[in-house]
Amino acid sequence: MVSEQPVTTTAQSGLGASGNHQPANLGDILERVLDKGLVIAGDIQVNLLDIELLTIKLRLVIASLETAREVGINWWESDPWLTGDTEQLRGDNRRLRERIAELERRAIEDGERE
Amino acid sequence: MSEHGCWLYAVTGKAVPAPPRGVAGETPRCVEAAGLVAVVGDVPLDSFGQDALYRNLEDLDWLSRVARAHDAVIATLPTVVPIRLATVYRDDARVREVLEQRAADFHRALRRVTGRTEWGVKVFAVPEPVPAAASARPESGTAYLARRRAALSRRERLEQRAAEQARDVHIGLAALAVASCDHPLQNRALAGEHTRMVRNLAYLVADDRAPAFADAVTACDQRSDAIRVQLTGPWPPYSFAALEEP
Repeated sequence: MVSEQPVTTTAQSGLGASGNHQPANLGDILERVLDKGLVIAGDIQVNLLDIELLTIKLRLVIASLETAREVGINWWESDPWLTGDTEQLRGDNRRLRERIAELERRAIEDGERE
Repeated sequence: MSEHGCWLYAVTGKAVPAPPRGVAGETPRCVEAAGLVAVVGDVPLDSFGQDALYRNLEDLDWLSRVARAHDAVIATLPTVVPIRLATVYRDDARVREVLEQRAADFHRALRRVTGRTEWGVKVFAVPEPVPAAASARPESGTAYLARRRAALSRRERLEQRAAEQARDVHIGLAALAVASCDHPLQNRALAGEHTRMVRNLAYLVADDRAPAFADAVTACDQRSDAIRVQLTGPWPPYSFAALEEP
């Protein structure tokens, strides 16, 4: 399965130490620039770790699902069991909305009678 | 409040030639004080102010662009204390103030990373071999349970072997490094990998030992059957930039 292909390869040998920084995968970069590096208080306060990192991780999962769909691994979209569930939920939702509308209409009519 | 803020990339010891475009497409510049040089960029506050940052950091495309740009600027600086993403000051005077206040700490951190580079080493478990297809004939409950138990204990053994081999890798590599750091494991999506991560390590390595270190990683990878060992870097010393001594 293919998602984001890291540019770094397994155990490259003989690399010079500095000056030939290679593009790494996004996960590695985010891990370092968000979570590492020197933390000093700026004038603009942004608390990166509490909220954002969680969201980022979540989004990366979603991004990888989207990649999977692009390469054709989309079983969950055609699985009748899963899509059947969605259909049922939609139906339930529709029936509930109709029922609420009905009850509201009756409540208004009752109100008008009093 | 001015319309622009000073985005801090890194602190280094001497003025540097203009690095590549920064996070806002600006050309980063140097602010000097206390024998230190802060590499900063002028960023518009309508994208990089507090509210805007909170909003934009949630946007993965924006974030990945800014993260790569931040890293790219830092990566061009030879000896550097990298600053975490999204450290923004009102103006140059505030940047100078920070340099002066923490000069001793910055100088100490710079001494620690001079002539050294960070390397990342990610260790993944080799995926379990797919078991032979179960026979089409119905099997007894006892046979089924025995097969399940065998599969579970095989997995346990594999995991244990992976953990042991990863520990040996770390012991061997740490001997070649000045310092090391055990990062939290990345989830699979973040790692861009589809096998389980066992260790997520970073090492601070003297530049003259870098080739030996890379060779050692290759050797570990070839020697260990239960794990895959992946080298990343060279990195600016993100994991070793903290002002405190380890």
